[in-house]
Amino acid sequence: MNNSTEIRGQGSENRGQGSEIGPGAGEAVAAPAERQQGSGRRSKSLLGMFLRDLEVLTSGLGGRGSGKADAGNSHAGDPGSGIFFKAFLGLFLRDLRVLLREFHVFLARVGMQPLLFLFVFTFILPRMGGGNLMATGGGVDFGTILLPGLMAVAIMFSGIASVALPLSQEFGVTREIDDRVMCPLPLWAVALEKVCFSAMQSIIAALLVIPMAYYVPAAPVRVHVANWFLLALVLVLSSLLTGSLGLVIGSTVNPRQIGLVFSILVVPITFLGCVYYPWANLGRSGLVWIQVGVLFNPIVYMSEGLRASVTPGITHMPWWAILSALVFFTAALGRWGLKGFLGRVLS
Amino acid sequence: MIPLIVEIEALTKVYETKLRVVAVDGIDLELNQGEIFGLLGPNGAGKTTTISIATTRTLPTSGTVRIAGIDVVKHPAHARRHIGVVPQFNTLDRSLTVYENLYFHCRYFGFSHAQARARAMELLSQFLLTERKDVYPAQLSGGLAQRVQIARAIAHRPTVLFLDEPSAGLDPQSRMAMWGAVQELRKEGITVLLTTHYMEEADSLSDRLAILDYGRVLALGPPEKLKATLGAHTVFDLKLKTHEGLDALAAALKARPDVAGAEVTADGLRVFAASSDGLLPELVHVAAAHGLLDLKITEPSLETVFIQLTGRDLRE
Repeated sequence: MNNSTEIRGQGSENRGQGSEIGPGAGEAVAAPAERQQGSGRRSKSLLGMFLRDLEVLTSGLGGRGSGKADAGNSHAGDPGSGIFFKAFLGLFLRDLRVLLREFHVFLARVGMQPLLFLFVFTFILPRMGGGNLMATGGGVDFGTILLPGLMAVAIMFSGIASVALPLSQEFGVTREIDDRVMCPLPLWAVALEKVCFSAMQSIIAALLVIPMAYYVPAAPVRVHVANWFLLALVLVLSSLLTGSLGLVIGSTVNPRQIGLVFSILVVPITFLGCVYYPWANLGRSGLVWIQVGVLFNPIVYMSEGLRASVTPGITHMPWWAILSALVFFTAALGRWGLKGFLGRVLS
Repeated sequence: MIPLIVEIEALTKVYETKLRVVAVDGIDLELNQGEIFGLLGPNGAGKTTTISIATTRTLPTSGTVRIAGIDVVKHPAHARRHIGVVPQFNTLDRSLTVYENLYFHCRYFGFSHAQARARAMELLSQFLLTERKDVYPAQLSGGLAQRVQIARAIAHRPTVLFLDEPSAGLDPQSRMAMWGAVQELRKEGITVLLTTHYMEEADSLSDRLAILDYGRVLALGPPEKLKATLGAHTVFDLKLKTHEGLDALAAALKARPDVAGAEVTADGLRVFAASSDGLLPELVHVAAAHGLLDLKITEPSLETVFIQLTGRDLRE
């Protein structure tokens, strides 16, 4: 009986101390990691973890392929990097199975918005004889302006819908993420798989807009791909960017507020993302403050990048500015999203 | 020599939130190959935190955990190959059927398509789930979902299986079925670490168990041994109306040869005795003077071991 009172006494002492010297709640997540890694902030430990995993990966490459499933006989010295790739592939195949099972739903989800947009603005409105409803300048048809923008929007929405929505659900409600987090691959790779799979969906969504733009508008859309390499690069970077943005939203926003994110974040950055007008036209119209302000909006570079690669006849930003901005935003959002993801799955 | 499968050394976990919480306070445990080991304790004793650390989901404040010789903090991805987990909640993939849950779990662990399919079919028949292979998890009852979770957790043939409160939320029948499934795992040589706050579960399932409270191991050993050495007492809980003079009464009772201990509690008096023969009428008699409201007798069990160690009821 004495035992018990002793223990209880200590417990309350500990709690007493904590309230005096305990740091703020904000540091709670970082604290264990710091102690674990010895020194440095969470960001350092993040990088350290990354390098360590890469080391294991590369060191295992030359060794025996130990991707065999019977884990029972392997020991500490046997890193078995093959299993990382197989696990990654497994996660990808799982997502593919789920996507293909409801592929028609996917098509409807990503196709409806650009289809309606093209239908209303390039088919119905021109026939109403309103003349120049959307002033484009330079006599270019609105459909040609719109195509790259709609591709950017498709990438954007697909990225959010395929990462942010499910992730937010899995973290907050179903906790399905637990199973995937227990896979034999580093946690950052689990997040990377999400982003990569979302990128694949985004690219499909963007390419889907092209045939629509051929058939729907009343006036022909002038598409001319001068540089396929640039198009591929912009598509891939943009898709990874929105996947990363999805990761940020999915791991930081709770599922009940996800609708709010759409109205206060996704819709504004889309409308101010130079989707419906070239960036250069903002300056020509004397709206320089908007032109400068939207430079912080990653969607601008997606729209302009696609404009540069699909409809190069329309004025667009220089390719080097577009690519560096896309790389910068992808890296920044990716890092932020990964941090959020790790914060959610590791305590 | 039998190899150690799980080695937990001086493990601590402190949550530095506004209120400093010591969830795990220096735990040392070693699990042998093939044993079923129980972690028994009330809610908040540190059972789930210990499992979270061992399964790479929580970083310890200090101390180490090795699974099959692999440090879970230094090499989490590799350690996970040896770990199977059945969490407290249903974490089945709701977008996949029962069969696909098993199949893709195998794929995550590096099985080829053919291996994964064969293993999934094997598990379906082993866990009597073949008929439900094309059903989605949302359509399963709690007991069935739990069965799928166990099947999935052992699909990649882990060295150790962690079961966190496996019978929480299960009806008695499903609980019995789950116990059966866990005991079947013995045949496969899987080491099992389970947490529970059900005495009967810890008692009937585990080869050895550790009793946890406030993040510490209070007692460790086979259930029979714990009962024999610590709790071979019947516990009488007397709820009394008046509490005056109870200290004297407790002292007087302690002097009796057939009473092992007596203490004053919030409700009245608690008496530990070797057996209830002869003592019961006596107790009722002396307690009558204090206005006996209620009397609870707990036969020797892990429950009494726990009361003996902590001075509390497990359910309190």
